Amino acid sequence: MATLNPRHEEGFFYLLAAIGGLVSAVGVGAALYMEHSGHVVTGMNNQIVWGLPHVFAIFLIVAASGVLNVASMGSVFGRTLYKPRAPLSGLLALAMISGGLAVIMLDLGRADRIIVAATHFNPTSVFGWNVILYPVFYGVVAVYLWTMMERRMYPWMKVAGFATFIWRIVLTTGTGSIFAFLVARQAYGTALLAPMFIIMSFCWGLAVFLVVQSTMYAWNGLTLPPLVLQRMKNLLATFVAAVLYFTIVLHLANAYFAKNVAFEYFILFDSEFAAMFWLGQILVGTLLPLALLFYPPTAARALWVNIAALLVVVGAYFHLYVFIIGGQAFPLDIFPGYDVKSSFMDGAVDHYSASLPELLLSLGGLGIAFTMTTIGVRILRFLPQDDFAHMEAAGD
Amino acid sequence: MSQQEPTQSRNPRRAFIAAAGAGVAGLGFTAIAPGLHLMAVGEANAANQDTNAARKAGSAASPAVRWGLLIDANKCAPGCTKCIDACHTENGVSEKLPDPRQNSQWIRKIELVDRRNGRKTELPMMCQHCANPPCVDVCPTGASMKRADGIVLVDRHTCIGCRYCMMACPYKARSLVHVPLTEQNPEVPRGQGCVESCTLCVHRVDKGQTPACVESCPEGAMVFGDLNDPSSAIAKRIASVPTTQVRSDLRLNQAVRYQGI
Repeated sequence: MATLNPRHEEGFFYLLAAIGGLVSAVGVGAALYMEHSGHVVTGMNNQIVWGLPHVFAIFLIVAASGVLNVASMGSVFGRTLYKPRAPLSGLLALAMISGGLAVIMLDLGRADRIIVAATHFNPTSVFGWNVILYPVFYGVVAVYLWTMMERRMYPWMKVAGFATFIWRIVLTTGTGSIFAFLVARQAYGTALLAPMFIIMSFCWGLAVFLVVQSTMYAWNGLTLPPLVLQRMKNLLATFVAAVLYFTIVLHLANAYFAKNVAFEYFILFDSEFAAMFWLGQILVGTLLPLALLFYPPTAARALWVNIAALLVVVGAYFHLYVFIIGGQAFPLDIFPGYDVKSSFMDGAVDHYSASLPELLLSLGGLGIAFTMTTIGVRILRFLPQDDFAHMEAAGD
Repeated sequence: MSQQEPTQSRNPRRAFIAAAGAGVAGLGFTAIAPGLHLMAVGEANAANQDTNAARKAGSAASPAVRWGLLIDANKCAPGCTKCIDACHTENGVSEKLPDPRQNSQWIRKIELVDRRNGRKTELPMMCQHCANPPCVDVCPTGASMKRADGIVLVDRHTCIGCRYCMMACPYKARSLVHVPLTEQNPEVPRGQGCVESCTLCVHRVDKGQTPACVESCPEGAMVFGDLNDPSSAIAKRIASVPTTQVRSDLRLNQAVRYQGI
């Protein structure tokens, strides 16, 4: 077996942990700079109030929920193929949501007051709900991991797995509802966003899982069993197609309403976001992965499946960028039927470009998720050990 | 289109308080407006304004009152920015950032052109002080709040700067303070990283005065008063002329109404 020798492996681990830690630290440093100087040092303004940090944070939070697919398939739906992979999916969920929440919290105008979010609760706020949803998510996933890794707790694994499954559906409903409950913006304000975010989480979470799983197998000099690859790539293709379906329905419904036609034309054809939508979200993030996952010569090879999964992740970022930034760049229709202008960008399309501190903070979220995963895998042996043992015994 | 304010429970002491308040407000006005210009503006607007009672320190805002504004777009002079200047002076909104999109704007002038006939209108736009404010609904900490008398405010001690209220506001009425601030008006605390918007000059209203924008308008285009008091100038005007709530389809029941659009 072509694994690294233990000394090299240990050195490689410390190198990865150091890189992850450095990226995280730079992200925190960027947040401190933003905190000290104010959001004047960002590209965000009073029209585009949520920027690149929110794109990264929402990707991490949505994918964190979806990455638990693998655990749910094993525990809730009894698929034995997925059971050895459940602990890794739990770890990734905790790591990714930590990275996402860190970015969201560090981007706050008053990040120093984060404790206020815990001591003052508004029950009508979707953000307020999330203040409950996220900590409980940590709790249920931690308990779930415990039931999977502690032999005495095995009898509770199914219950914990089911609770986690329900909770992640609730959690992602909450994330989608952040946008679904906005009353006046053409890009948002539809209940479709709640189920759409759930299917997006399934898709993006599984894509991340596939990439991480393959990386770890490669590290250990192993290749994914063909059956596992086959099942997981089929599942990914199904989710990619489902996201495409929701995307089509969302835009068709919007285009059908006269009041939203101008926005649809803007986002699909007449803005900097149009190219991101068609090339980034649809071509790179949807059609290419689907082709790679269904075309027999590529679908059978782990490399191409992983490339497809990576493309899905890249497409996810385009998707969220178009959705979040594009949705805000289009002016609010405060006076329907009138052309308007003012000193405050009324009636005008806004243009956003992220500043360096924003970018570093955003990457810091990825750094936190990466570092937590690297350390977690090293310390707690999250890899599907039974699977490895089985393969090693079989001489793979 | 005129929309009648929903009837609310009446406080039997209202009439007495209003009568007593007239004298207090009158005294207050002469005390704070010694300048010739302000007196002239005050006279120009006097016929339009209610004299509201000053709120005693420590006493709660009354739910029997609903403060509101009526803005006559027909009177709003093209290019005039006196209401904006007065607001920003009164509230200490003075920062001028390299990217103007990052400046706070508590009130702004919007130029409208009717697509059907080309008719041009200008009007001031600010927080509409909704009865059902989306900003209050979405605020995770409850920092966005509606006072008992209908004024929508941000508690600067509990705002965490998440900007969800800015996403939710249909009127783009809110701004984030993008820089550290100095030399603030002690009566109007503001803070870096907090969201803010028109307070309807709550610090003036509580002293029995009218908002700075109303007082500054040379055309008398803005009427301030208690929407719940049928005898108030604003309620009488709303009862007699067609007025509009912007995006009334959203059913937010704003306290700011417009005439002439």
